[in-house]
Amino acid sequence: MTFSDFLLQNLQEFWHLTGFYNATWEHLVMLVVGLFFIWLAIKKNFEPMLLVPIGFGILIGNIPFNTTAGLEVGIYEEGSVLNILYNGVSAGWYPPLIFLGIGAMTDFSALIANPKLMLIGAAAQFGIFGAYMVALLLGFAPDQAGAIAIIGGADGPTAIFLSSKLAPNLMGAIAVSAYSYMALVPVIQPPLMRLFTTKNERLIKMKPARAVSQNEKIIFPIVGMILTCFVVPSGIPLLGMLFFGNLLRECGVTNRLAKTASNALTDIVTILLGMTVGASTQASEFLTSETIRIFLLGFMAFVIASSSGVLFVKLFNLFLPKSKKINPLIGNAGVSAVPMSARISNNLGLEYDPSNYLLMHAMGPNVAGVIGSAVAAGVLLGFLA
Amino acid sequence: MKKRILSILVIALACVTAVSAQGRRGLRINEVMISNDSTSVVDDFGRYSAWVELFNSTFGPLEISSVFLTNDKTNPTLYPVPLGDVNTEIPARQHILFWADGEPNKGTFHTNFVFTPGEDNYVAIYDANGKTLIDEIVIPGTLKPGQSYARKVDGEGGTFNPEAWEIRDGSESLYITPSSNNIIKSTNSKVDMFAEQDENGFGMAVMAMCIVFAALLVLSICFYIISRIGANVSRSQKAKALADTEAEAGRPDHDSGEEIAAIAMALRDHLEAHDRENTVLTINKVRRAYSPWSSKIYSLRELPRR
Repeated sequence: MTFSDFLLQNLQEFWHLTGFYNATWEHLVMLVVGLFFIWLAIKKNFEPMLLVPIGFGILIGNIPFNTTAGLEVGIYEEGSVLNILYNGVSAGWYPPLIFLGIGAMTDFSALIANPKLMLIGAAAQFGIFGAYMVALLLGFAPDQAGAIAIIGGADGPTAIFLSSKLAPNLMGAIAVSAYSYMALVPVIQPPLMRLFTTKNERLIKMKPARAVSQNEKIIFPIVGMILTCFVVPSGIPLLGMLFFGNLLRECGVTNRLAKTASNALTDIVTILLGMTVGASTQASEFLTSETIRIFLLGFMAFVIASSSGVLFVKLFNLFLPKSKKINPLIGNAGVSAVPMSARISNNLGLEYDPSNYLLMHAMGPNVAGVIGSAVAAGVLLGFLA
Repeated sequence: MKKRILSILVIALACVTAVSAQGRRGLRINEVMISNDSTSVVDDFGRYSAWVELFNSTFGPLEISSVFLTNDKTNPTLYPVPLGDVNTEIPARQHILFWADGEPNKGTFHTNFVFTPGEDNYVAIYDANGKTLIDEIVIPGTLKPGQSYARKVDGEGGTFNPEAWEIRDGSESLYITPSSNNIIKSTNSKVDMFAEQDENGFGMAVMAMCIVFAALLVLSICFYIISRIGANVSRSQKAKALADTEAEAGRPDHDSGEEIAAIAMALRDHLEAHDRENTVLTINKVRRAYSPWSSKIYSLRELPRR
């Protein structure tokens, strides 16, 4: 072998390892999807904290390379760095950490002051089970249908947690779908809220919530955890961490821990979770007809969940005295998507009456939705795992 | 302080013992073959020996070195599982096979006892202390060569419960499964049941929504009650505070000099008490402008450098 042959052979081998040589049209499509997510986050400000990591993760996960070369760089290759980071998703321990942070940053006062708002959070979970029925109709197996339907809970960590247990092969599509629709909540919900409410209903003014004592705030996470976990023990990882985080916040003696859980820890886990979920959408796994059906079902789940929340408030109002009527515009907040959906209730309320601030009222069903979706995930896990 | 340290140590010890016991208690005798007639599995030496299959029924790995295996009720510590073998850790919900060939020098998994075919055979596992029984079973003497005595469902049925066991003859429905699950599952039975019984998902929707509503309703009622109690407590505290304020408002800001003098006189008359002082200490202000006690000349050896 001459020296020039030697150079040529090595350069040729190197060329075979490059992304240019291994690229397929599927990779290019996924790269465009990743860029679209980043564009949505930066230019349209749609959930940038989630869509930037996910979008960039999609780019990372879809760089073409020779999978037979044993480079240990792919997210599904045992021992690769991405694979190690992905363990938090596949083994399901990132979502409970996110829930710890959510608990530490959520003020449950609105819910404690007006406990009946919890039922709105429960009603909105019908989106999950409505989508479950549709998923079965489309030919998904019950465990896959359950994993897809949880998108209706509008709660990314819950969706990832459940799909990692029930349908790991669909997790990438489910997670991306859940986060995409959460980002699109301001587009999806307002037309539905207008459709199902009359002008008079939108003008209902609710009494300001009473002040909640410190003791009540401390009792809430303890009693809440015990009661909900007794009903659904399979929800312990999510509910336990949610209420634990809230106790750190409210007990008044662990401010440092609450601050870390709600800021640094949540930020770190969000970065890792978003990036690895994005990277898990490798073209070969992601670009299938199932993904399209999952996105369709996810959309349907969101529509059903938002609508059932609004309609439940209307039904509930039939049994309430005139002075205690609830504005149905807060019904959409029963899906989790904290605090985006509560903000939408507030904005729409202000649109019809500039003095009608619904934000604090909407926060009640909103945080009840977080608890409700975790309970629903626990129920699905209990039935189908 | 000593008592406190002692009680903490006792609690810690109890916790450690409980955790350890909890893990080991999950070990189960799962299947036994008394007479291996060359239709079953062979050991590493190519011999057909009797075997005992143990099953880790917990969802975590279980280290079984130093537990005892025995076939003698009067001697619980007959065969100690040797220390220092990495293979004595059973992964979660997995099995391990011991050869009852009476030749422990062949390796960790060869016991020093043998079974007697044609008779009832006893087999038990004891914890490392040699006293705590983990599991035991009597294998009926009716067991024929090539047949095994196995739990119907892996690890289930508790200890010494012959109802949970059955004789397996190697037929299609009663297969013998050394180092493997007694029931081979190819699908998730729960999912199959839902697919069969609840095709359109209506049942799941009704059940799940009822559970979600029930959970949040209970929480809601609970907090309604707590908020009522809280409101009552704060109301009563407020009323009490108001009453105290009103009572305070009815009294003068301070007692008059006459009242104080009257009380002092009454006390003196009643107790005949008064202070006795041997020394009188008087503090007078020194009006001199200079005193050596406050002089910087005497308190500082050097002037501070600027």
